[in-house]
Amino acid sequence: MTLLLVEQFLNGLQIGLLLFLLAAGLTLVFGIMDLVNLAHGSLYMMGAFFAAVLTEWTGSFLAGALLALPATALLGIVTEVIALRNLYTRDHLDHVLATFGLILFFNELARVLFGVGGMAIPLPDSLLTHFEILPGLPYPTYRFLIILVGLLCAGFLYVLVQRTRLGMLIRAGATNREMVGALGVDIKLLFTLVFGLGSALAALAGLMAAPITTVQIGMGDNILILALVVIVIGGIGSIRGAFIASLLIGLVDTMGRAFLPNMLGTVLSPADAGTVSEALSSMLIYILMSGVLILRPAGLFPAPGR
Amino acid sequence: MKVSTLLRVTGALAVSALALAAAEPAAAQAKKIKIGFVTTLSGPNAAYGVDMRNSFELALEHLGRKMGGIPVEVIYEDDEQKPEVGKQKTDKLMQRDRVDIVAGYIWSNVLLASYKSVVDNNTFLISANAGPSQLAGEQCHKNFFAASWANEQNPMGVGHLLNQKNVQKLYIVAPNYAAGQDMANGVKATFKGQVVGQDMTRWPDQLDFSAEISKIRAAKPDAVYVFFPGRAGVQFLTQYTQANLKKEIPLYSVFTIDGVTLKLQKDQALDTFFGLFWAPDLPYAANTKFVTDYKKKHKDTPTFYGAQSYDVANLINSAVVATKGDLKNKDAFRAALEAAKFESVRGPMKFNKNHFPIHAIYQQEVYKVSDSEYDIRTISKIIDNLEDPSAPKCKM
Repeated sequence: MTLLLVEQFLNGLQIGLLLFLLAAGLTLVFGIMDLVNLAHGSLYMMGAFFAAVLTEWTGSFLAGALLALPATALLGIVTEVIALRNLYTRDHLDHVLATFGLILFFNELARVLFGVGGMAIPLPDSLLTHFEILPGLPYPTYRFLIILVGLLCAGFLYVLVQRTRLGMLIRAGATNREMVGALGVDIKLLFTLVFGLGSALAALAGLMAAPITTVQIGMGDNILILALVVIVIGGIGSIRGAFIASLLIGLVDTMGRAFLPNMLGTVLSPADAGTVSEALSSMLIYILMSGVLILRPAGLFPAPGR
Repeated sequence: MKVSTLLRVTGALAVSALALAAAEPAAAQAKKIKIGFVTTLSGPNAAYGVDMRNSFELALEHLGRKMGGIPVEVIYEDDEQKPEVGKQKTDKLMQRDRVDIVAGYIWSNVLLASYKSVVDNNTFLISANAGPSQLAGEQCHKNFFAASWANEQNPMGVGHLLNQKNVQKLYIVAPNYAAGQDMANGVKATFKGQVVGQDMTRWPDQLDFSAEISKIRAAKPDAVYVFFPGRAGVQFLTQYTQANLKKEIPLYSVFTIDGVTLKLQKDQALDTFFGLFWAPDLPYAANTKFVTDYKKKHKDTPTFYGAQSYDVANLINSAVVATKGDLKNKDAFRAALEAAKFESVRGPMKFNKNHFPIHAIYQQEVYKVSDSEYDIRTISKIIDNLEDPSAPKCKM
């Protein structure tokens, strides 16, 4: 039972960190550029498709993944320069409309380029192995790798945002855009860089998820809703908030799915317990969001100045 | 959330754009037969909608695009795998296009949301896939037919297979929607051992099954039985293989492995057990013609979704021929459909009193055609003339 608890905890951690990779990019773009980017899920999808194609070409998952990151960042930058740059002065509803259009565009683009069948990224044998985290608890190497990459990425973002000049500008931009511009910083360039970084993070999330969930058209549409929940809980623009909120959601969701049926089974009939626990476990994260919003309407870690 | 709101707005706009209906011909024999076909043509499972459309079109080509000498027009609609969209598209087919027959529907929850708009308006609906137990039982309707199967039927076959393989302890995982419930109940109806655990997963957006797989490992069953249709089948099988459980705990399934998923599942689908009413290699003349011509035209093997759609076209044709194209006489047309006088690709079948088929279920397996190509073949017949368990509840 304890081992199962540890295993489910790791599962929750892994789902949470995957979500963090996606939400981090979204919250950066949302917080700093004040842009509602629904097409973030499309960049997640395109990143996964790029990784799948490049893995096929190079024959190596690592090479495919490393090439897909700059490719998606470039795609993000091109999208920003062509389509999104003109929207910054408009209101949020225009952002929603335009980026929703981009979702349709990217889904159709993926269909034309890669076909309706979707793609799979087969893992190399070295990643298909298991190792014993604790005695009697084998855990898939690849899922453990996701946890490692997620934590490394969180560390990288922390250093970038808190300890570098670029990070200082990003934080300043999140607090007061006009002032940063008035001080002579090229805000246009900064925005483009941030959008590129956000796109690369989306691609990293997509390509890490792809060997588990396969690559398919529209794969970013549903998970985007979860990512939005994350940044609402974490506080818009806060990487730290996104990190905490992602882990919360990953753990609450997994633990709910893992243990609610048995817990309810002690008071309800098995059939009812199944139905109720499934419904309840899919509601849990939204209940969590409502609770956080009641106590802290701006989220757990709102960026200062908002 | 904003996305779904916007989708709803878009859908509402599409439906509200009602056009003037065409005048209906007064003569007994229709001048044209209009068929509305609802399936999934976008999103992760678009490949199945395409396969169904290809197969329906192939059947029409075999019929010379005419039924009983009358030209046929088909309007294909995309339900996006969403019940609310499926309902809107069905309403559009009924009110704007005024179709004579509605067919298609992959997903049980989409069909359940949509069927009333059709059958309550004295129009026939013929399912080309979904066979929810509700429509087979209490809510059966004189205007509804399933050319495919009842949801429980194929799982019941797998239940018999589990007994034959002497499985004592079974773990069940299926998605939590109309069909998932039926598929879990179906296997329980015939499996004689003990069900040691059952998980119903979130549908359709749960893509990670790590929590469920950990529970399976901890429960140590003799076998696991799953139903994950379409793309979800690839995801589950990939993760089950990655968890290294396939050798330890054999995998039994329904509708989880098909021609489309196999392109991604590959080796993962080898050495698993499943049962179905149809396979591409069933030795019936109608089936051989369908599979051969499909392969020739599309350079691909059809799936069961396609096979069922091919059957729907031929079933409709049989009724049009029998009634000499008189689509107005609903009672005669219904009687002709009930007779099922057509060559089904699955071989012998007849309709039960609830308008669901009685047919055989076969054990099947995946084999390697070449290094990169995989296909499905029949091993043996598990059970013949299988009726679904909801039929007695149907008052018709």
